Amino acid sequence: MTNRTGRRTAIIGGVRTPFVKAGTSFRNLTALDLGKLVVSELVQRCELKPREIDQIVFGTVIPSVQMPNIAREVGLATGLPKEIEAYTVVRACATSLQALTTAADAISAGEIDCAIVGGSEAMSDVPITYSRPVAQAIVTASRGKTVVDKIRAFSDVSPRDLLPVPPAIAEYSTGLSMGESAEKMAKENGISREAQDAFAHRSHTKAAKAWDEGTFSKEVMRVLLPPGFEEAVVEDNVVRKDSTLEGYAKLKPVFDRKYGSITAGNSSPLTDGAAALLVMSEDKARALGMRPLGYLREYAYAAVDPNWQLLQAPAFSVPKVLRRAGMKLADLDLVEIHEAFAAQVLSNLQAFASKQFADEHLGGAEPIGEVPDGKLNPNGGSISLGHPFAATGARLVHQALRELAARNGNSALISICAAGGLGGACILTRE
Amino acid sequence: MDRLEELSRKKPVVAAIHGPALGGGLELALACASRIASDDRRTQLGQPEVQLGVIPGAGGTQRLPRLIGIAQALDLILTGKSVRAGKARKLGLVDEVVPKAILLDVARKRAAALAGGRPAPKRSPLVPEKLQEVALEDNPIGRRFLFHEARKSIRKKTRGHYPAPEKALEAVRIGIEEGPEAGYRAEAERFGELVVGDVARHLVEIFFATQELKKDTGVDDPSVKPARVEKIGMLGAGLMGAGIAYVSVEAGIPVRLKDRDDASLGRGLRQIAGILDERVKRKRLTFRDGEEKLALVSGTTDYSGFKSCDVVIEAVFEDLGVKQTTLKEVEREAPAVIFASNTSSIPIGRIAEAAQRPEKVVGMHFFSPVDKMPLLEVIRAKSTDAQTVATVVAIGKRIGKTVIVVNDGPGFYTSRILGPYLNEASYLILEGAAVDEIDSALVDFGFPVGPLQLLDEVGIDVGSKVAHIMQGAFGDRMRPPEGFERIAASGRLGRKAKKGFYKYEGVQKGEKTVDETVYELLPGGVRRGSIPREEIVERCVLQMVNEAAYSGAKFHDRSRSAR
Repeated sequence: MTNRTGRRTAIIGGVRTPFVKAGTSFRNLTALDLGKLVVSELVQRCELKPREIDQIVFGTVIPSVQMPNIAREVGLATGLPKEIEAYTVVRACATSLQALTTAADAISAGEIDCAIVGGSEAMSDVPITYSRPVAQAIVTASRGKTVVDKIRAFSDVSPRDLLPVPPAIAEYSTGLSMGESAEKMAKENGISREAQDAFAHRSHTKAAKAWDEGTFSKEVMRVLLPPGFEEAVVEDNVVRKDSTLEGYAKLKPVFDRKYGSITAGNSSPLTDGAAALLVMSEDKARALGMRPLGYLREYAYAAVDPNWQLLQAPAFSVPKVLRRAGMKLADLDLVEIHEAFAAQVLSNLQAFASKQFADEHLGGAEPIGEVPDGKLNPNGGSISLGHPFAATGARLVHQALRELAARNGNSALISICAAGGLGGACILTRE
Repeated sequence: MDRLEELSRKKPVVAAIHGPALGGGLELALACASRIASDDRRTQLGQPEVQLGVIPGAGGTQRLPRLIGIAQALDLILTGKSVRAGKARKLGLVDEVVPKAILLDVARKRAAALAGGRPAPKRSPLVPEKLQEVALEDNPIGRRFLFHEARKSIRKKTRGHYPAPEKALEAVRIGIEEGPEAGYRAEAERFGELVVGDVARHLVEIFFATQELKKDTGVDDPSVKPARVEKIGMLGAGLMGAGIAYVSVEAGIPVRLKDRDDASLGRGLRQIAGILDERVKRKRLTFRDGEEKLALVSGTTDYSGFKSCDVVIEAVFEDLGVKQTTLKEVEREAPAVIFASNTSSIPIGRIAEAAQRPEKVVGMHFFSPVDKMPLLEVIRAKSTDAQTVATVVAIGKRIGKTVIVVNDGPGFYTSRILGPYLNEASYLILEGAAVDEIDSALVDFGFPVGPLQLLDEVGIDVGSKVAHIMQGAFGDRMRPPEGFERIAASGRLGRKAKKGFYKYEGVQKGEKTVDETVYELLPGGVRRGSIPREEIVERCVLQMVNEAAYSGAKFHDRSRSAR
């Protein structure tokens, strides 16, 4: 597949909640609550008649046991027409990018004309499960016919099994946590602690400046917290407005206390939040008199062996998307890279620029290229704005389109690394 | 019915109930051997006859108490309320509740089973209703207590104006104490008396007039159709604004609610959530329905989301300048919408003077508290076009209001006829009548609250302001008594200031005590002379009747000249 031939997808508008550290302002809200808030506000801000919507593609990375198809629940709970079909997608940190590209495919194929895409994450509301022995006993007991059967099912359960199991933070395939994998990458790619801290400082400084200048006023909604509606959450609370380089140096490494360099300061935090986009076929947008923010030109996904460098897949998805679009990195006016860890962003950038990497992994092609500092994440990124897993993709797309307009550029590249050794990239254009 | 009951003993007849079974419909079902209802929301059972001034006339007062117990039967017969299928099952009014799709099958099987000698399933004796029945109804002393209490509560409610509930109670009592034959006779006699009486005649007239009003589109031209309304924009999240937003989302219409800051908006959202929570607690709504309705309202402090509204209703500060500024903003932000003003006193024509599209400007006068007051006054200014009127009338009906359409003018209709009535009550006070004397006389006459309590609710300052506007428009017959402004001027504004004709602090909730210090502001002081109750009633009510006649004549002339 090279150039897409079907209908182009227009991105009409977007909105996100403020992103807040897990356990703070949104601690009493679920992923559904956040999704509902953001979708409802999106429909209002786009001045859209809800009956124009064909489909909702939504996701959450830490899934809810009560509502496996959160996309459908979001549609129903928002009071949108019940006839809007909906399904849930998951691609770890690239979940809402997946939601966007899946809907774009459906638009391209003529299956739908209009969709809401996005994701929400409530890290404050993760499901706590029981151990396998207890879970099996409960299932057996529920099938038991008599009271004795039901009790007997628990006979093999030891008291230790009764402790709840916290949600996994380790990759299922490697047994390593995300931080440990980032630590491995920092060492193998020679990314210094100083370089990481400087990048984190850069991220916070740019985000603080953007908030001060009102850059996010059109992107971020105000949330009046239910049930009392007394407290208004209006800004991200992750960003450090008084970031100093020295501050980062004081923090201790988290994942390798002796030789490590990954700290809480140069990583993205656990975050609650939601983001959504409204997309349409170009014809539909024209018929409704909507002015799109821009268009999805191309996208590509790639994967690497998680045991190698878990977060290095962007070094494969980015050349793939550029090739499909027939573009070079230098053609782009803006590059937005998801910041899971400073070490990961710097590893990605290193690979983009490396002739050796191109020789070893890209069949001897030209290196992908260097990203000039002025084009990279000019308003901060996931380290400073926060990273609600399923919301980050939609946040990046919306933020990039607004920034393109602000700098009067035409095209932007978005790159996201994701758990499982996955990478996703897309190219957006304003024209 | 007797023949049906007789037949049912030999050859069981089973009633399969889907949809409303009210009045005669329920009585027919009661004569059957068993009743099966569908679980549909539309399925309702009840004996609403007293609401039309009569009593059940086909055995309802006899068969119902025998089936579900005296207390439960009285609860239905004396109030006229209806119950859904689930509640009916609990009461023992129906034997089973099943999905509509299998209703007829189940009913047929039940009939066959009964014919084969198997009885209908009995309800559990452990439900509270059943326990109460055993405690009170199975002995003469308990029954006497029950009937006595029922009579007391009827008298308190009807104040002697409505004979039907008491007659129904008699018929039930006779049936229980003297046997079915005497009971059926008593029921028939009382039904006969009531049905030719004045009260029933008037109630039936009102019923038909209301039915007629429900069909009225608000415009004369039958080709004018209301516009489709998919979203309402609500300006102002105060008591009225939030109330209007609530009734809209309750009816399933999405609302974009705007106020100037997060705090005001939050208060409005809290009010809406509060009413919904209360309804969930009272089991009028399921938790999920409540959540879904709440999700239909979204708040904003700017005009985002207003362009896609079909109608914008304003409930901002009651001031011509403020309303006109608001109208201009709305026309700029949302060029295609209908602009409805919830003003209680400013002529719509005056507001519309600021409009680019005056044909889209109309009045929607709601009454507080919006979720409880059934009336909606739609005001048609000279410039308002017919589709605009038809559209807001259709909204009014969707949200369950009784809608009247009136021409523009000072006080519209409600405030206009209320003006002289309230003025008269004020004159009476200045002449030395006591506050509670006036109010209780008019409540006895049939008003839900007296005029002075009403002034407290509306705001004494608002009352005064409106009175002077009306005097300006209609001349001396609307002149408020001199010296009355002193009350409002002293800061005594009514309930909102917790200081009015009545006390609002240091009294128990629901209790009404006149705040006698109000008399110090008036001639005559605390010692109040007595004015005969009939005089109080006639002076107040006739003022209202006269004004209604004036306004009717004027409307009549206008509508004729319009043709």
